[in-house]
Amino acid sequence: MTEPDVPSAYVRDKRTPPPSREELRARIPGWGADLDPADRPSYPKLQYPADTGARWDFPERQPGSEGREHSIEHAFVTPVFGTAQPLRGLSGAIRRFAYARFSEGRLAHWLLLIAGDRVDAWEHHLRSFATLRPDVPATGLRTEFTRGGLRSRRGRSDARHQLLDPVVVVGPWLAGAGAAVLGVRRVVRAVRG
Amino acid sequence: MRAMVYRGPYKVRVEDKDVPAIEHPNDAIVRVTLAAICGSDLHLYHGLMPDTRIGHTFGHEFIGVVEQVGPSVQNLAVGDRVMVPFNVFCGSCWFCARGLYSNCHNVNPNATAVGGIYGYSHTTGGYDGGQSQFVRVPFADVGPVRIPEWMHDEDAVVMTDAAATGYFGAQLGEIAEGDTVVVLGAGPVGLVAAQSAWLMGAGRVIVVDHLRERLEKARTMAHAETLDYDEVDDVVVELKKQTDHLGADVVIEAAGAEADGNFLQHVTGTKLKLQGGSPVALNWAIDGVRKGGTVSVVGAYGPIPNAVKFGDALNKGLTLRMNQTPVKRQWPRMFEHVRNGHLTPREVVTHRFPLEEIAEAYHVFSSKLDGCIKPVIVPDAA
Repeated sequence: MTEPDVPSAYVRDKRTPPPSREELRARIPGWGADLDPADRPSYPKLQYPADTGARWDFPERQPGSEGREHSIEHAFVTPVFGTAQPLRGLSGAIRRFAYARFSEGRLAHWLLLIAGDRVDAWEHHLRSFATLRPDVPATGLRTEFTRGGLRSRRGRSDARHQLLDPVVVVGPWLAGAGAAVLGVRRVVRAVRG
Repeated sequence: MRAMVYRGPYKVRVEDKDVPAIEHPNDAIVRVTLAAICGSDLHLYHGLMPDTRIGHTFGHEFIGVVEQVGPSVQNLAVGDRVMVPFNVFCGSCWFCARGLYSNCHNVNPNATAVGGIYGYSHTTGGYDGGQSQFVRVPFADVGPVRIPEWMHDEDAVVMTDAAATGYFGAQLGEIAEGDTVVVLGAGPVGLVAAQSAWLMGAGRVIVVDHLRERLEKARTMAHAETLDYDEVDDVVVELKKQTDHLGADVVIEAAGAEADGNFLQHVTGTKLKLQGGSPVALNWAIDGVRKGGTVSVVGAYGPIPNAVKFGDALNKGLTLRMNQTPVKRQWPRMFEHVRNGHLTPREVVTHRFPLEEIAEAYHVFSSKLDGCIKPVIVPDAA
């Protein structure tokens, strides 16, 4: 390799200078409109907006915070909070324990919340089986036929791991069904025996 | 009202729910006219985000019409057409007072490590989202903005998160004139990040993905060079070759926790959930940027740890910058760029679904069927 061929990383300056301003402006709409780093909306990181719209130093408290779960890294339930899907059932107990016992810095906090999510899902799946709209392992699958499921995936590397989706999605349902069948058989045997 | 509800991993449907009520004097109720599914909604859909409760309504990208306001609301009136930042924020806490709206401390009792987000699990506050006919909008005097007359609805809805995040991501990259900027991920965020990199003076922009229609969009919409990682053996080596062995001056990671590109990482992260998603793109960013360069992370990650190559970041002397986007801070300048045609957010929208077909929309978007880059949801289209 002769010296002019040595890549830029090994010498002082880039071998290939960037295109000129004129060339870039001709080719790219708006090139350089935010060229000055000090004149970008996120600079500096900390800035003091003149008016955020807030007319309070601390917001009025939303009613209903009593008993609501909160991170133990917070001093209290924040003055405003979401009220969707309050805690209930076994999943609610798991989640409440996760919030009450472990800070966000502890992996146990998050793993318990994930466990609560799975229990919550199965609580609802089981309840749905007693309705006219039972849950199914996955939704929206008809688009595999109407939106080109095979055509869309042709040649894509992610098709390899998408093959795992049916296992990941249906596997727990099959395991649950198997456990239910075994359980029923044991009960029947116990009653007969 | 009709609303999307989560029924467990890979399962969503539309159900009847109560219309939300005013729960705080500064609340508004907004009738949603257009919503979008964000790539980060797929983390919820796939069961990756802790404390995602059954019955939750997703949706943090939406616009609509003010239907009702609480008694202390002064800046909005019934009938106003508004765009709502994905951040729920108070405007007055230590963080909001310093412009860090995405890190508000007064709206999310469930966590201190993330602010409030509409329709994004209880880990971000437990607010139902906008993939529904109506949504509760806290701090109506602080977050929402009236949509300018000239603005297209699809530009407005994409600016409530994805486009603002792309623009913010380019800023976090601290791009200097002439820099070579690599954008990992040619989804809506990455496409706008690539457009934005030019505005900040990039000399070269390379977008990396493997979906052909997205790479094509990167070439036409963002005037970028493209790299299909399926066509190279090692994307990091390829980036080094393309940058004369320096590495990129700036890498913008716009893929997030479900990145493809490494079978083992993807399967352990997003399928088996043995880590908090797949950090493939983040590791490519760390290894693909030059020593002393800057990595901007705007791809979404959750609170569970990932196998990130932090030692490489240390030894290369990198600057790592990241945050959830403080959306409203971006808007005044972005409005100028959109009006001037320098940013074209609505170009990312490829699919439009009525709310009643939201299960189909999620599956199409999740599996990247039919060339889907960005689906929007029309609540009253049925």
